[in-house]
Amino acid sequence: MKSMTPARFILYLLLALFMLYYIAPLYVMVSTSFKTLDEIRSGNLLSLPHAINGAAWQRAWSSACTGTTCEGLQPFFWNSIKMVLPAVGISTLLGAFNGYVFAHWRFRGSEWLFTGLLVGCFIPFQVVLLPMAGLLGQFGLANTTVGLVFVHVVYGTAFTTLFFRNYYVGVPEELIKAARIDGAGFFLIFRKVVLPISGPIFVVCIIWQFTQIWNDFLFGVVFASGEAQPITVGLNNLVNTSTGVQEHNVNMAAAIIAALPTLLVYLVAGRYFVRGLTAGAVKG
Amino acid sequence: MQAAARHCRAPLFHSSLSITGMSMSLKNVFEKTIPKLVLGPTLLSSLLFVYGFIFLTAYLSLTPSRMMPNFEFAGLQQYAALFDNERWWTSLANLGIFGTLFIGISVALGLFLAILLDQKIRAEGALRAVYLYPMALSFIVTGTAWKWMLNPSLGLEKVMHDCGWSSFHFDWLVNPDMAIYTVVIAGVWQSSGFVMALFLAGLRGIDDDIIKAAQVDGASLPTIYRRIVIPAMRPVFFSVLLILSHIAIKSFDLVIALTAGGPGNASSVPAIFMYQFSFTRGQLGLGSASAMMMLATIVAVLVPLMYLEARSNKAMR
Amino acid sequence: MKLKHIAMLMSLAIAGAAHATDVEVLHYWTSGGEAKSAEQLKLMVKQAGYGWKDFAVAGGGGENAMTALKTRVMSGNPPTAAQIKGPSIQEWGSEGMLANIDEAAVAGKWDSVLPKVVADIMKYKGHYVAVPVNVHRVNWVWANPEVLKKAGVNGIPTTMDGFLEAAEKVKKSGAIAIAHGGQPWQDATLFESVALGVGGAPFYQKALVSLDQKTLTSPTMVKVFDTLGKIKGYIDKDAPGRDWNLATAMVINGKAGFQFMGDWAKGEFAAAGKVPGKDYLCAAAPGTAKDYTFNIDSFAMFQQKSADAKKGQIALANAIMTPSFQSVFNLNKGSIPVRSGVSKDKFDDCALKSMADMDASSKAGTLVPSLAHGMAVPSATQGAMFDVIAKFMNSSMSSADAVAALAKAARTK
Repeated sequence: MKSMTPARFILYLLLALFMLYYIAPLYVMVSTSFKTLDEIRSGNLLSLPHAINGAAWQRAWSSACTGTTCEGLQPFFWNSIKMVLPAVGISTLLGAFNGYVFAHWRFRGSEWLFTGLLVGCFIPFQVVLLPMAGLLGQFGLANTTVGLVFVHVVYGTAFTTLFFRNYYVGVPEELIKAARIDGAGFFLIFRKVVLPISGPIFVVCIIWQFTQIWNDFLFGVVFASGEAQPITVGLNNLVNTSTGVQEHNVNMAAAIIAALPTLLVYLVAGRYFVRGLTAGAVKG
Repeated sequence: MQAAARHCRAPLFHSSLSITGMSMSLKNVFEKTIPKLVLGPTLLSSLLFVYGFIFLTAYLSLTPSRMMPNFEFAGLQQYAALFDNERWWTSLANLGIFGTLFIGISVALGLFLAILLDQKIRAEGALRAVYLYPMALSFIVTGTAWKWMLNPSLGLEKVMHDCGWSSFHFDWLVNPDMAIYTVVIAGVWQSSGFVMALFLAGLRGIDDDIIKAAQVDGASLPTIYRRIVIPAMRPVFFSVLLILSHIAIKSFDLVIALTAGGPGNASSVPAIFMYQFSFTRGQLGLGSASAMMMLATIVAVLVPLMYLEARSNKAMR
Repeated sequence: MKLKHIAMLMSLAIAGAAHATDVEVLHYWTSGGEAKSAEQLKLMVKQAGYGWKDFAVAGGGGENAMTALKTRVMSGNPPTAAQIKGPSIQEWGSEGMLANIDEAAVAGKWDSVLPKVVADIMKYKGHYVAVPVNVHRVNWVWANPEVLKKAGVNGIPTTMDGFLEAAEKVKKSGAIAIAHGGQPWQDATLFESVALGVGGAPFYQKALVSLDQKTLTSPTMVKVFDTLGKIKGYIDKDAPGRDWNLATAMVINGKAGFQFMGDWAKGEFAAAGKVPGKDYLCAAAPGTAKDYTFNIDSFAMFQQKSADAKKGQIALANAIMTPSFQSVFNLNKGSIPVRSGVSKDKFDDCALKSMADMDASSKAGTLVPSLAHGMAVPSATQGAMFDVIAKFMNSSMSSADAVAALAKAARTK
């Protein structure tokens, strides 16, 4: 541990100030979720709740209305889990293989293909809604969880490929060459040489994909309906009411519930992320 | 320096090229096709679901489509209508302002925080979590929370007034000229932590030996950062720019939740324009034209960027 | 409630019977009082022996719901019914997607129980394709009598000039004269009530429904914007982005004197335990006492493949038009029944006034569709006009420029 010099002090001060900027909205959300509606109406955004009133959380989870069903966010939560896990898994795996190919099994024109794939990242998703709906309808996948997973995999793989490719490019070619000379083929090299050191990038990729897919609203509202709707759609229904009374505390509680899995993923994965980095990467 | 760099721990986003020579035996031919086969599904789906749909949108932008697709040919009338639409130009200008500020400030802040955190701080893990968690929240949540905080009569301004600073004004949210800047504040808040994480990983990937050698040579800390660290982070910069541009251009949920494009249409952005005109207003042709313009802007900005990255990688080897 | 018991018994009896086809309904009534209203519909559908598949999508005043609907239609699988209103019904009809429900209309004698203006909206090329659920009146002004008394104002003025004077008095007394939320639809709600008050019903009809260019560029329209400009001065600077119910709260709390808002504002007053006539006043917007701007929620029926689904649609349509449903639903929602022959029990004073005014204006030909709520013009044109009005409300645009811009927007196809 370094000693507390004036420079270190300023360092900590700066970090603390920025911390306020980042924490403030979360504080507002959490404290509002514990207040009663009267407190919210009469009080101040930053004031502490008079008492920790968990009623809003109860309602948000199990009894708030999201349409004619008033079961809170609970049913949507499981829909999202069912959808996110396969989507993240498949797109990450595909990205890993693609990245491996683009990094160490290049062929003529592969750089162009990679760029082409990347440009595809930027397509505004609203553009694909109608044609994709038509296609999914043809295959009978409209409004199913499978269809939604498919859409997320299709549009998420470009980014996962980018992550893995950039990471694998840092794996020295000599290692791959050595393995090839030893007679190993495409899949064996992947399994024995590349995969073991892929920890950090898997973590980054999973964080990114989980966040993107869990928080996605547009595909969820359009490609799933009724019972298969993900939690973002449920949250949106809960929070938005066009001609009714807003229950701010329930809305905030619901927003936090919807965000908990991603927060958890960050917490858990974050630790492995840095551990993976510092523990061991490839040395030439 | 190059040799030393190759011996360092693999940094996360270090791009490089290498050429492998292969002898043409049967086994090698087989080996040669496997990579292409592996890429096959992804490339095929990209061709169909990305480029195919882009082509479809391009065609729709040349039709008089209203609520549903209609495949008559109508020439460039949608583009003429688009350029005649004041709201489109406002949206485009807003994207420019928001994009530049959002990316610029996020990179600066992310880098700054990464450098600070790299100094072996106590509680680094906790601080990192604090800076990073906003990314976990959906844009809808972020927009709603910041909408509250920046609201003059409910949020920051009121808090300041309650504290006694009655002359404090912060009405950017309701000011047509300043509303777009509130989107920058919320956007930077959300994404700078992730940028910081990427930069931190990049920083950690730089070999300590080089730094120590430079210190032995008498270089000061700022100089070390300027001449060794930051140049070595170039690949990370490119990835960060790519990710941030992606977020900036697609910004839809955040703006909707924060200002809904308002006051009036003062903070409208192209993504909102396209969505509303295509779906709510039943002007699919016009919406498609705006989508093509968005894509054109993206290509104009990104292709040079990616070309530069590919070229600089070739140069580094 | 007796009705509920009967419904429960009946549905228990029927539930034991045949396998129920589902009626899938797209709507955006997702929380609080609105959800309870949708619940009523669900009960009645179940009572008729059908299952209810909820397809609820909130947000954007129906924007997200419309997107979801369009993609469903594209995928070849439209819902049984969707919450679509006004000219949009015609737009969908012209795409050839809507189902003919004349069968229910004939059985329920819709032509005789609905005002002609309303019936015409529900028909495409002479056949019924949609069923109306309620009638909201948009040209209301709500006021807090305490605030008014303090300012020396006696009730809600009936002329525009009188209103401006009253607003000035309220402002001088220290309160905010007009509570308003700066969102495009609210701006448009304000605009159309002013247009109706300044120009009258025939002017409104010609300019904002028929989109006659001459009327749109007439001196009366300039006067409308001039008046709107004066009203702007009585709105507080924090209005942009404010939700409509927060503005109503300002009136409830005595922070503001007046609000121009449709009858759903009543729900807010009721939720705060306020009594009409005593704690709050309701009156037609200044200059519009004999006029009635309507906003009708309706369900359009989509063509279905199976015969069972078609029967379900008819059952849904029938259920919606029964007097008992109309009574219960509208009591919950704050609107009034759309058909005649519904008991006036339990409706409060403002609702009763609304019913009387609707009858009167229907006979006098001053029953006009709301521009701000998607009843008057197609969505593309409406959007463009909203853009102009919102710009006027948020900048120092001159009345002359606004008039020119509005006329141009009205030509949007």
